[in-house]
Amino acid sequence: MFDLSINGRTRRVDVEPDTPLLWVLRDTLGMTGTKYGCGIAQCGACTVLMDGQAMRSCQVTVDSVGSAKVETIEAVEADATGRKVVEAWVAAQVPQCGYCQSGQVMAATALLRSTPKPSDDDIASAMTNLCRCGTYNAIAAAVRRAAA
Amino acid sequence: MDPMPHHPAAPVGAPTLSRRRLLGSAAGALVLGVALPGRAVRAEAQGPAEGAGAIAPKPGTRVPAFLEIRPDGTVRFLSPFVEGGQGIATGMAQIVGEELDVDPARFLVECAPPGPDYAVVNGIRMTGGSFSTRSSYALMRQLGATARDMLLRAAAARLKVREAELTTRDGTVIHAASGRSLAYGALATDAMALKPNEAASLRPPETFRYIGRPVARIDVRDKSTGRAVYAIDQAVEGMLYAAVAHAPHPGTEPVGIDNEATVRAMPGVHSVHRLPGAVAVAADSWWRARKAVEALSVRWSRPKPTGLDTVAADFSSDGLLAALKASAEAGHVAEAEGDAGAAFAGAAKVIEAEYAAPYLAHAQLEPPSAIARVNGDGTLDVWLPNQMPELFQAVSAKVAGVEPDKVRLHSPMLGGFFGRHFIYENGNPFPQAILLAKATGRPVKVLWSREEEFARDGLRPLSFSRFRAALDAAGHPTAIEARTVGEGPIGRYFGVLMKTPVDPSAVEGIVEKPYAIPNRRMTFTKVAHPVTIAFWRSVGHSMNDAFYESFLDEVAQAGGHDPFDLRVALLKDKPRHLRLLREVADLAGGWKRGPYEAEGGKRARGVALASPFGSETATIAEVSVAEGEARVHNLWIAFDPGSVVNPAIVKAQVESAAALGTSSVLFEQVVYRDGVRQSQNFDTYPILRREHMPAVHVRIVESGAPMGGVGEPGLPGVPPAILNAVAALTGQRVRTLPIANTRLAGA
Repeated sequence: MFDLSINGRTRRVDVEPDTPLLWVLRDTLGMTGTKYGCGIAQCGACTVLMDGQAMRSCQVTVDSVGSAKVETIEAVEADATGRKVVEAWVAAQVPQCGYCQSGQVMAATALLRSTPKPSDDDIASAMTNLCRCGTYNAIAAAVRRAAA
Repeated sequence: MDPMPHHPAAPVGAPTLSRRRLLGSAAGALVLGVALPGRAVRAEAQGPAEGAGAIAPKPGTRVPAFLEIRPDGTVRFLSPFVEGGQGIATGMAQIVGEELDVDPARFLVECAPPGPDYAVVNGIRMTGGSFSTRSSYALMRQLGATARDMLLRAAAARLKVREAELTTRDGTVIHAASGRSLAYGALATDAMALKPNEAASLRPPETFRYIGRPVARIDVRDKSTGRAVYAIDQAVEGMLYAAVAHAPHPGTEPVGIDNEATVRAMPGVHSVHRLPGAVAVAADSWWRARKAVEALSVRWSRPKPTGLDTVAADFSSDGLLAALKASAEAGHVAEAEGDAGAAFAGAAKVIEAEYAAPYLAHAQLEPPSAIARVNGDGTLDVWLPNQMPELFQAVSAKVAGVEPDKVRLHSPMLGGFFGRHFIYENGNPFPQAILLAKATGRPVKVLWSREEEFARDGLRPLSFSRFRAALDAAGHPTAIEARTVGEGPIGRYFGVLMKTPVDPSAVEGIVEKPYAIPNRRMTFTKVAHPVTIAFWRSVGHSMNDAFYESFLDEVAQAGGHDPFDLRVALLKDKPRHLRLLREVADLAGGWKRGPYEAEGGKRARGVALASPFGSETATIAEVSVAEGEARVHNLWIAFDPGSVVNPAIVKAQVESAAALGTSSVLFEQVVYRDGVRQSQNFDTYPILRREHMPAVHVRIVESGAPMGGVGEPGLPGVPPAILNAVAALTGQRVRTLPIANTRLAGA
């Protein structure tokens, strides 16, 4: 049994200690906004925030979460920065297939909370999630828009 | 290098089979062959209750099959096409909304269930071949106009006025004379009961408010907030999750499991199964199923030791390429014009080159999954990613052993596709879901791990072509020959219905070029691959335009001409292509090949044209080289699809295709060694990352030519433009893709 803080609520889950947070979110709690893409922290589709930091939840085992505050895409609009990011994503018409965009939005939210006025280098080093539709330029434009 | 083999003479100008005609007829026949009986049964069962049109509806005309106008003013549109990032849901909303007179923003678009109403692509139904908008544009406009006319007539009856006194404005019928109005939602029930007037008049294009405008996509908010639901996100009551482990060699079978009892006792495990070419575990969560299936100790049958008829124990992609190169079999003529033999005999100079491209994975970000549920009444529900609902319905029925009309097929939004979601031999999870649902008596969701996906994805075929050109004393090409050896996906999946031995998907991009080279002889020799091949964004164009346009630069160099100038000379009678060349040069600030200094380093540019899927493109790439690797800084693309519905979506699609073209030419390859794919995940199959994404500058040119495709055509010009730029910069002509396999000279 693990008590997790997810989007401000405590959720009790009965899973093996090595279960990745990603699968706790998706299968145990039915929160499917966080996506499975690779399972080896390559693609970033599973990005969530833990104590404000962008983390690839496929590599976070449930027993390592402890008291960290987990935020997922489902609650992104409850946060002022997250809301700004979403509005920028819509304004810049970023998504195509959209599958990677939950992770991209969470990564951008983490970046802008810690660095409200990111440089191009800041964006490059924080926004490392894969996008097979090639929306990278639109993503960078949306991050700049959200920071403006 | 070996000379080109001589072939028995074939009729000059042998007809080439266009992709459009072939896919139209072949896929249609396939679908008809497997699916029609079920449809007939269903149509009869529905009987006249649905009106005379129900038995054999003319696709794209029966308004209630497409439109549900809701009391709140929203419009639910059942689309013939599946949305997978290409923006077709928004495009449909624009086209129908324009004529219906409803803002596209109030449309809810879903992929329609199987049914004859939706066979709007040359009489069949699929989302592919960049066909969606161009095949259905006229039909969908008329559908919107027909629906609006029904609403007007319903309003006239309700208000007891003549139709001619009524107008509409964004979802409302207005009687200006009396100041009365009725919302569409209040009229829908009456309107849908009326007999449609298929001659309802269309809006004059000069009054369009949505078509031709950069209307906002209707799905971006859901996709920016995690609310968009893909196949992988779906769940049904009482469902088990299943994970599979495929045979290490395709075609081999599980012959024994040594620790089945141990695995069955693992947490959450429901059952252990043997499937064709795989083992599976069903459990109460996917993670538990996956851990369990990976814990299985399975004995597999052995693959054949050697040979190219199966993926043998010694199969390698290098070995297959060697077999393609070594083939001495005469080719079938794909295109012949003039007298190539005489031109070569009288040439001042002859050049030859061999080009090869690797197997490629789709690598769409959403791993494939499927849910199957066998219902108490003998029907089957399946939820699965697909680009061809009726075909998946028919095959699902076959796997389940029921009639197609017993299968309800649900087609959720796709997390990328690029050609991934057709039926590819052992490359789809839904047959496993159906077998497991039958075996367990529970709904089952099968999800392939990324590793299983890389092991079973259908691949863009490894490809090989040998080119030869004759030049006159002025350095202009007088003849060109190409010998293409291999196999394409149309031949593989629709080959029995092909009317010529030339697979159009193997030679597209090499034939039907616009250049004035008077003598041409292009051939195709089939050498079947043992691996599962697939359609991959822009199909044969994805490598063939790279080959042809690279070789054309070699011709230019051999003849002492600038590659841009040579193209202009060869296109002097092709105004559409000449204009695109001018437009792309203008977009790039004028043509210059280089090398030149820019931002503290040396750069150079390459140019390429392509004519894919009814559209035309001209592309210029700018590259530099650092530490032996190419870096692409800018892509300038002039794109002429004839006319466009949504310029913002078109630009986004061209940029997306350009990203995939860049990715493929720089990095991508699936390599086989010892019968096994060497890529298991994104760490061993690198795709384009942010740091390698070039700036992409797109200019849309609406020439007014018949509407062409959009989703794929941006890709084919990109690889050759990059290859030509690399050659300009380094002097190295990369003829075997990807570029990453060649260490480039510093520049």
